[in-house]
Amino acid sequence: MTVASTRPPVRPPRGDGALAALFVAPAMLGFLVFLLWPTLRGVYLSFTRFNLLTPAEWVGLDNYVRMVNDPIFWDSLTVTVEYVAINIAVQTVAALAIAVLLQRLTQSAVLRGIVLTPYLMSNVVAGIVWLWILDTQLGIGNEIVAGLGFDRIPFLADETWAIPTIALINVWRHVGYTALLLFAGLQAIPNDMYEAAKVDGASEGRMFWRITMPLLRPVLAVVLIMTVIGSFQVFDTVAVTTSGGPANATNVLQFYIYGSAFGRFQFGYASAMSVALLVVLSAITFLQYRLTRAGHTDLG
Amino acid sequence: MTTPTTMTAPAPTPTPAKTAVRPLRRGPSLGRIAAWAVMAAIVLVTLLPFYWILRTALSTNAGLAADPANPLPVHPTMGGFERALGLQSTKEAIAQGGAGGSLDFWRYLLNSVVVSTLITGCQIFFSAMAAYAFARLRWRGRDTVFGLFLAGLMVPAIFTLLPNFVLIKQLGLVDNLLGIALPTMFMTPFAVFFLRQFFMNIPREVEEAALLDGAGKVRVFFRVLLPMASTPVLTLAILTYITAWNDYFWPLMVSYSDSSRVLTVALAIFRAQTPQTGVDWSGLMAATLIAALPMLVLFGCFARRIVSSVGFTGIK
Repeated sequence: MTVASTRPPVRPPRGDGALAALFVAPAMLGFLVFLLWPTLRGVYLSFTRFNLLTPAEWVGLDNYVRMVNDPIFWDSLTVTVEYVAINIAVQTVAALAIAVLLQRLTQSAVLRGIVLTPYLMSNVVAGIVWLWILDTQLGIGNEIVAGLGFDRIPFLADETWAIPTIALINVWRHVGYTALLLFAGLQAIPNDMYEAAKVDGASEGRMFWRITMPLLRPVLAVVLIMTVIGSFQVFDTVAVTTSGGPANATNVLQFYIYGSAFGRFQFGYASAMSVALLVVLSAITFLQYRLTRAGHTDLG
Repeated sequence: MTTPTTMTAPAPTPTPAKTAVRPLRRGPSLGRIAAWAVMAAIVLVTLLPFYWILRTALSTNAGLAADPANPLPVHPTMGGFERALGLQSTKEAIAQGGAGGSLDFWRYLLNSVVVSTLITGCQIFFSAMAAYAFARLRWRGRDTVFGLFLAGLMVPAIFTLLPNFVLIKQLGLVDNLLGIALPTMFMTPFAVFFLRQFFMNIPREVEEAALLDGAGKVRVFFRVLLPMASTPVLTLAILTYITAWNDYFWPLMVSYSDSSRVLTVALAIFRAQTPQTGVDWSGLMAATLIAALPMLVLFGCFARRIVSSVGFTGIK
């Protein structure tokens, strides 16, 4: 056995080709059929007129021309961006606050568990529950608003309130998950740094800006990219709370795409809008990656 | 199933990088008190809706209208649950503020279980096989193929949904549980990536010992490596199960009738069936609770694992 410890690790015999093919086959099938092929097909369909019943008919850029001239498309893009902006801003700040509190106050796994519970609910459940809590007449949320002496707020039935409300409902569901991702990032920061800073008399605030933020940046960047991509695809909450209303005020892009495809059977047009969404998401990912220098870490 | 006796090496469990971070102990300063107050507020906002579901589900609709701010169930009753589970006669249901439409919750529950189990079981098994091939087998084009899989991570779900629906329709699997499960049944790039990481970290010696004992590679995978990977596999399985259970958009596209309706979709329909008199909030909250309960139970069983896995599976 003395030999065993010094020799370089023995490579398995070359050429597991046949076996590898067998092992990769099911995943490969899934990849080709349900990921690669649909991606290519989605691009193709965006250049066609297609209603599921008759074969797709090539129409060139018609769908894209229509999209550019479709005020509802631009409205829904605006609404989506508004949603994403509110959702991301609130969620990131809140998640960061929760993560830092979890790290600096306590290591309690129970608290971490509690913070994660809304994540176990589906968006549908979260949407329905908040619909009830915020109900204008009977919801406890509005009872509190009224109790404080304000007018009741039709949170989900009002054009101004609807999008912020949906954004906050989704923050409620997702903030714990995001916080735990950031918490994991915080755990990688050596505690010595805080100890040293404390010896130097640094305040918690100073430590946050000088240690936590710079060292967390790479993780924060990845989490941001992830949550932006996720929140651009908002659908479930809208579908169960407002169905795009009132007056298209919550007609987010994915809801409009769904409506075009399954409400009006314009699969070609819906595909073109999906391509647009894909382009937007890719651009954002790329930009964010560059801006936050996600590849670099300050941690040795 | 017996594990080979040569397998004495302890399974390398991938523990999340834990530097012993301890909270800095200080006296009860004003800052700490404020911080705890904020934490308490966060916990309250997080948990209160759960209580409110329960409180509403146990109330009567008439009671809710009469006393909306009562912190306790108003006129406690199981009527909401009976309506959600379809145990009330139509007449009775309408009298209590329900829509009177029939909803077969047990059916939807079963559908959800079937779909989520099918997706989780198959996806993780096939992904583990692929991950093993990417991590431990030597074959031409391996890195290229893996790169292709990784690129799949970049494609947002929305983009493949419409073409996938067209495909499922052409396969004749619309309104079929298999049609709901199929797109994610074979793999997700993430699952392959995640398990490959784990297989890469198992020392070669473990595998070699079994090979020297005359076991084939297939046997090594099933009898040695897969059992060693039980921790990451279970972790991934739980997260996959939660995701599959909560999915709404794809099942909504594919299912049209009770035969393939899963809980999330059924719940949205229950919500849409507004009776003349106003929304059946107590029935709706009871249904919501029933839909969420299995995940809460799952969480109860695996809380610690789920919580630590979120950091470890990291960036999904």
